[in-house]
Amino acid sequence: MNKYLLKLFVTGQTIRSGRAITNLRRILEKELGTEYELIIIDVLERPQDAEHDKILATPTLIKEFPPPVRRVIGDLSDTKQVLMGLELLHEESRTKEE
Amino acid sequence: MDTTARTGIEKLVTNIPGLDHITIGGLPQYRTTLVSGTAGSAKTVFAAQFLAEGILKSEKHGVFVTFEEPPNDIRRNMASMGWDIETWEKEGKWIFVDASVPPGDAPVVAGSYDLGALLARIEYAIKTCKADRVSLDSLDAIFNQLPDRASVRRELFRIATTLKKIKVTAVMTAERSQEYGDISRYGVEEFVADNVIILRNVLEEEKRRRTVEVLKFRGTIHKKGEHPFTVVPGEGLIVIPLSAIELKQKSSDVRITSGNKELDVMCGGGFFRDSLVLVSGATGTGKTLITTEFIAGGLKSGERALLFAFEESREQLFRNANDFGTNFEQMEKDGKLKVVCDYPEVMGLEDHLIHMNKVIAAFKPTRIAVDSLSALERVSSVKGFREFVIGLASSIKELQIAGLFTSTTPTLLGWSSITEAHISATTDSIILLRNVEMNGGMRRALTVLKMRGSQHDKDIREFVIDGSGMHIGKPYRNVNGILSGNPVQVAPGNLI
Repeated sequence: MNKYLLKLFVTGQTIRSGRAITNLRRILEKELGTEYELIIIDVLERPQDAEHDKILATPTLIKEFPPPVRRVIGDLSDTKQVLMGLELLHEESRTKEE
Repeated sequence: MDTTARTGIEKLVTNIPGLDHITIGGLPQYRTTLVSGTAGSAKTVFAAQFLAEGILKSEKHGVFVTFEEPPNDIRRNMASMGWDIETWEKEGKWIFVDASVPPGDAPVVAGSYDLGALLARIEYAIKTCKADRVSLDSLDAIFNQLPDRASVRRELFRIATTLKKIKVTAVMTAERSQEYGDISRYGVEEFVADNVIILRNVLEEEKRRRTVEVLKFRGTIHKKGEHPFTVVPGEGLIVIPLSAIELKQKSSDVRITSGNKELDVMCGGGFFRDSLVLVSGATGTGKTLITTEFIAGGLKSGERALLFAFEESREQLFRNANDFGTNFEQMEKDGKLKVVCDYPEVMGLEDHLIHMNKVIAAFKPTRIAVDSLSALERVSSVKGFREFVIGLASSIKELQIAGLFTSTTPTLLGWSSITEAHISATTDSIILLRNVEMNGGMRRALTVLKMRGSQHDKDIREFVIDGSGMHIGKPYRNVNGILSGNPVQVAPGNLI
């Protein structure tokens, strides 16, 4: 299976959390269609998960698969940065060159 | 103390030795105290000890948030302080929140963020081990990890506010770039802490000197100024309060013997029981003999004596004492005397003081002699030496026992030393010994310069030393300038 596996850590039902989720879904649908799995973790409900992954800032997005593991922090409003973090920008530009 | 009533801020006793004295009762409870210092100023030891003492002395649990070193490094480094963090973790008394930089690429920043996850982790750890104390070490690393300084500052403030709300007392450490300058590199103190402690590690006259200063405690009182401290393996940080004497010392009018009858007479009936006596003179003037007689006299009246010797070896000391008919070896065997010989150079003065205090506490002497104090001057800066003397004097005073310090003057015929200048104000009595060159020979002179709270003989008297000790004789009547080292004989008719 080649599905992207992503984890997004947010803090409760804040405006910033909501914005991050919306931004991310929009980007993923455009870039990956349905080829991804996204787990959203609320650090207030599951602080032990934040501990396990050593998360400091929220929102934090982790690309678990495909390797390498990459982290993106912020409300994901900067699309270009998100794509770079997920290493999607890179692939896209290469496709264009080919 | 009733400081709480006046200020409304309670203090948390840290149990870090000496710190509760200079903070007058500990750190402000349920507040965050910023501990700032240059690299190598023992910030991490402070942060870890704050938790360790809580666990060891008052069964209070702690959370250690580490931004810089991984938990494993801290476990290992702090083991040398005698703290078994790993066991405490297993017992649920200590929890690490590992906020150190994870290996791999730095995260990509895509928009605004906060430290909600870190705060959630800290709160979760506090709840899990029911912590009363939290240490965050050191804040600088988080500024290096996250580029948006303004939001990091704001978030640290939010963490401090939350900690206050859930009633934990916290220590945050931060790095400074210079010993005397801005409080911290990233200006966190403006956002985070009403309470600031500075740790310093200053190079002074080629000697390292550590000090701790309470810079501010908002809404509550503390002692001012820098206080020396040292880091002792197996124990951690020990602060040496300079003002421990306070008003505690009651002066006693009980007299004890100096060990020499004639000297007792000169002092108006002996030394006071809880007084400090300084014996100053050039080398060979009889300081070690006075020390020996002081000890022997004490033991004769059923006292316990402790001798710290920094100039001579045990063998030398014992042999000299034997020459005057005093058997130190037997006295030690009887458990009435303890002789501690150390080279001044084996450790810093702060460590000497701590070591001496330990020996005093264990042996419980009723009189203490230090021969000589000036030998210790070599291993310290002037300031450090003055602080050492005050520290030693206050420990002896607190115990209300007698102390005799000797000091070697630098010139053979003479003049006072730096030691004297620094300790004369601390001591109650001063006895000067001098070599006197007269009529082509060397003679000796003694005078009691000061005897606090008593009348005393003000003559400058000649004394001789023979196999049975020291014998004080008649005053020099026709000589001027003995004390300054320039004796001039005056014809009897010209005496004023």
